[in-house]
Amino acid sequence: MAEKILLKGNEVMVEAALAAGCRFFAGYPITPQNEVPEYMSYRMPESGGVFIQAESEIAAINMMFGASAAGVRCMTSSSSPGISLKQEGISYIAAGELPCVIANIQRGGPGLGNIRAAQGDYFQAVKGGGHGDYRLIVIAPGTCQEMYDLTMKAFDYADLYRNPVLILGDGILGQMAEPVERNEYVPLCEMPEKDYVLDGCKGREPRVIKTLKLESNQALIDHNIHLQAKYAKIEEELCLLEEYRTDDAEVVVTAYGIAGRIAKGAVNMARDKGLKVGLLRPMTLWPFPEAAFERLADKVRKFLVVEMSCGQYIEDVRLATKCSKVVEFLGMGGGWYPTPENILEKIEAVY
Amino acid sequence: MSFTKSSVLKDQATHYCPGCGHGIAHRIVAEVIEELDIREKVIATAPVGCAVLLYDYFNCDIIECAHGRSPAAATAIKRVRPENIVFTYQGDGDLAAIGMAETIHTANRGENITVIFINNAIYGMTGGQMAPTTLIGQKSTTSPAGRDANNEGPPIRICELLSSLDGVTYLERVSVSSAKDVIRAKKAVKKAFTNQIEGKGYSLVEILSMCPTDWKLSPKHSVDFVNKEMKEAFPLGVFKDLTSS
Repeated sequence: MAEKILLKGNEVMVEAALAAGCRFFAGYPITPQNEVPEYMSYRMPESGGVFIQAESEIAAINMMFGASAAGVRCMTSSSSPGISLKQEGISYIAAGELPCVIANIQRGGPGLGNIRAAQGDYFQAVKGGGHGDYRLIVIAPGTCQEMYDLTMKAFDYADLYRNPVLILGDGILGQMAEPVERNEYVPLCEMPEKDYVLDGCKGREPRVIKTLKLESNQALIDHNIHLQAKYAKIEEELCLLEEYRTDDAEVVVTAYGIAGRIAKGAVNMARDKGLKVGLLRPMTLWPFPEAAFERLADKVRKFLVVEMSCGQYIEDVRLATKCSKVVEFLGMGGGWYPTPENILEKIEAVY
Repeated sequence: MSFTKSSVLKDQATHYCPGCGHGIAHRIVAEVIEELDIREKVIATAPVGCAVLLYDYFNCDIIECAHGRSPAAATAIKRVRPENIVFTYQGDGDLAAIGMAETIHTANRGENITVIFINNAIYGMTGGQMAPTTLIGQKSTTSPAGRDANNEGPPIRICELLSSLDGVTYLERVSVSSAKDVIRAKKAVKKAFTNQIEGKGYSLVEILSMCPTDWKLSPKHSVDFVNKEMKEAFPLGVFKDLTSS
């Protein structure tokens, strides 16, 4: 059995990144993700990598642009306002098809907001955030163990698809400590050769990494077609989710991240009361697990969306179910989070 | 005496306007790279600005960065690959306006990179707007009455500004507005690259350069503008050199 460690979610993420071979980190302090740069500042050098406390979020994301181009597995982390600042750089990284991992340990918003946990950056994460037509692979862990296992996978997805991967966590997940099995890092498959890396043109033609496409009117259109084809392939191949007690469920609660974990408790309480309730908890938010929603929509009476935001995730649930069933809602932004009892009450009200 | 084009430059006509200083600056940098025999080690950053197409002209590995962010990308590249030679090539808007934070902090960390800073006192690519280095009284499309120190502030002198940072190794301001100036500029660029090869830290060469199109001056009068107006506002010279002591 793998060694067990007891660390905060933020620190667990660092351990997983290092295990997966991440050797460059740059970040800027912002609560509630400060443990990531703090822990990285000594664990990264111990692992033989580079740690830089960047002068800004913007510098940090552009350091990812450089580090990834130089061929190293790299990561940055921040929290909501900081992720907003990174958006231009994220668009460049997506356009340049450079692998990197970005963690957003979400806090309350909008604006400076507060430092409580929230899920208000859903749209920003899954719909773009920066300029232009691009996609991030968005992963939503619900436990510290998933923070560990999915962070390792994030680096593989990034390299496999040459695409930035966003880990969408929140202040609770980042701050809570729980025992985690330090599973060995095993690559998902053989990783593609990094034939784009800038390391000096010794013995080969010079390489250029650029996102300006002025060669012809068609050049940027062609690049978009290429990116869209890649995104379609990712949608075909990538889907992580937890489905719980849905076999005979009449109502399916759906939530992601820490809200999904709280909802699981509520589902158990509802079952104890004899209510046929299940849970669908996506762990990839893009690609969105549309097939699972479509399948469940055929047999359940209702869905209940729970989110720590004012109605963002619910839009994708409605789209995936093609509005064929009633979608109830329990959610609020600004740092609110539900207790299992809150969710149970809502289940009983809408059942 | 015959002119031989550096093999570090591709055999391609540039998109630069007649009388622009970028072509001279490119040649200087290319010749230095060739003379130091480092082409196969070089990783350059292209800015956003007139020099964005740097990769069409230089025969080496190049990454085109977001506006002003070359120093951040270059920092990461050099840290990941210390054996490579990393240089940024940036204009005044890129380096001294939108990228000022990256410029100052990269310099202060003493990153072992070479920065080639083209100061032509105007935004060239976007059509002649006011730059952080636009002179007092100089007209631009966003300071049509001429830059007013009370409204826009005076031009920023980058070498003087960075000279106060302990992390910086070498700062020199040169020009490409006369044959003598070009020779001096090449010496400075060579020193800035040599410093990096020898692991001596952050070196920046500021090159005063002509922009006839956006200054709305002839190439000849543009040279005069650099020699008379710009050199007065931006005195040439070495502002810091930790390698000489």
